[in-house]
Amino acid sequence: MSVLIFIDIAEGKIKKASFEAANYGAAIAQQLGTFASAIVLGKSEDLSTLGNYGISKVYNLLNESIHHFDAQVFTKLIADANETIGANVFVFSNTTTGKSVAPRLSVRLKAGLVSGAVALPDTSNGFVVKKSVFSGKAFAHIAINTDKKIIALNPNSFSVIKTEGVAEVVVLNLEIPAAKIAVQSVNKIIGDVPLSEADIVVSGGRGLKGPENWGIVTDLAKLLGAATACSRPVSDIHWRPHHEHVGQTGLAIAPNLYIAIGISGAIQHLAGVNRSKTIVVINKDPEAPFFKAADYGIVGDAFEVVPKMIEAIKKLKESV
Amino acid sequence: MKILICISKTPDTTSKIAFTDNNSKFSTDGVQWIINPYDEWYALVRAIEIKEADPSTVLHLVHVGGVESDPIIRKAFSLGGDQGFRINSDIADSFFVAGQIAQVAIEGNYDLIFTGKETIDYNGSSIGGMIAEFLDIPFISHAVKFDMANGNAIVVREIDGGEEIDSAPFPLVVSCQKGMAEQRIPNMKGIMGSKSKPLNVVEPVDISPLTSVVSFDLPPAKVGVKLVSAEHPEELIRLLNEEAKAI
Repeated sequence: MSVLIFIDIAEGKIKKASFEAANYGAAIAQQLGTFASAIVLGKSEDLSTLGNYGISKVYNLLNESIHHFDAQVFTKLIADANETIGANVFVFSNTTTGKSVAPRLSVRLKAGLVSGAVALPDTSNGFVVKKSVFSGKAFAHIAINTDKKIIALNPNSFSVIKTEGVAEVVVLNLEIPAAKIAVQSVNKIIGDVPLSEADIVVSGGRGLKGPENWGIVTDLAKLLGAATACSRPVSDIHWRPHHEHVGQTGLAIAPNLYIAIGISGAIQHLAGVNRSKTIVVINKDPEAPFFKAADYGIVGDAFEVVPKMIEAIKKLKESV
Repeated sequence: MKILICISKTPDTTSKIAFTDNNSKFSTDGVQWIINPYDEWYALVRAIEIKEADPSTVLHLVHVGGVESDPIIRKAFSLGGDQGFRINSDIADSFFVAGQIAQVAIEGNYDLIFTGKETIDYNGSSIGGMIAEFLDIPFISHAVKFDMANGNAIVVREIDGGEEIDSAPFPLVVSCQKGMAEQRIPNMKGIMGSKSKPLNVVEPVDISPLTSVVSFDLPPAKVGVKLVSAEHPEELIRLLNEEAKAI
């Protein structure tokens, strides 16, 4: 009866969403009166620091042949490792890796899966997990009715609390099955901050009139350490790459701060961003539906307003 | 090449989201049903393109649902596909649905199975990976491009913060998203032809779901927007810093 958290690494570093998953898993362990361990497939920086996130033991597989991702291989390794670890609650981050492995593990272990979880499970009567549904327009409370349980946590859903602690690192010895998928190349193209994990997102819509005007969006984003995003029409007419499209049929995000510039706020767009903690809307149309979903707004011309915002942020930064 | 395309039915993207029966069921009052956009725009259309390039390709559609789903399958037929399988059952959970589709997949011996990256109602992103595990074959999620070379699939997939190019042997499960293909509008010939395509009704196999819905709820409404004058954007920055503590 323990909790096992899958820690995703890239280029030898633990991904931000995985720290959140670790902390979330540790909180579940505390709730259940047990302990939390983590599993790391591949070589990574000092894993004992996962202790700061509530992890007591880290199981690490260090084999060189595991440096490329294959969901089938990862699933088998986690299932095999758990023969000795004996966990019955598994936590993933609901990222592209988590979404590839968690469903496979669910079938392999006959463990009920809730993906897109946004809160700690309610264990007062069974094991019920709150998840985002209808692309952020509602929540569902799902009971996992099996002994083994899997949760894939949506990024930016759980506040990370760092504490003192050192995790014990245990090296795993497992036979690694041959991967059928060969990774030919990896391109990091989305910039410094992955959109799904970004704390702040600056997003532009058709109100910006053309791709040549995106400078104010990227300047503001850069200054705030934010990721950039866009509305569906903008990606459809190829002003911006499609991986920047947030909304019902694009990426659903939940940053701390979402700044929408020149986006009217169609219901499909809102569906992808309405879990953002604070929403700021800049639009020259006072009737734009987005204002109804916003926390702060400015009715005005983005080309005048945004440069002034940039100046104000620079001043703020200088004063700190 | 024999391709199975998984088709799900979802409420239209503009549907009002409301619940009935003590918030335990989605209210279908006045809801327009559509093919899940990821299944239609990307999985199905990309499969149709593969058949257009090589007419010997066989396209089968599969759907889990009752007789009320038939119009959705016919709509998919109007875009393309040779025949369909409707597994005659309500949806219990993703494990149940994936298990049912896996059964059809085993019997049909497909080279390639396409799903959308997720449905826009339950946002599970689970069916493709689950089918692949049931069949013990590789799974590539979040595909933005799919081609074939030397008997292998060449897939560009989105990863967190970038893209990756994978090659994989068949049989294979791929979940599809934006970039794979462009949305199509059915033409008159397609609509006429859709009526005569074989739609096989298959009874479900015995699979117990692993999860169940307890209830739904809606996010709390926003208290109202705080508007700042366009003359003073610095006031917005102050509020974001001091009040919202967001920057």
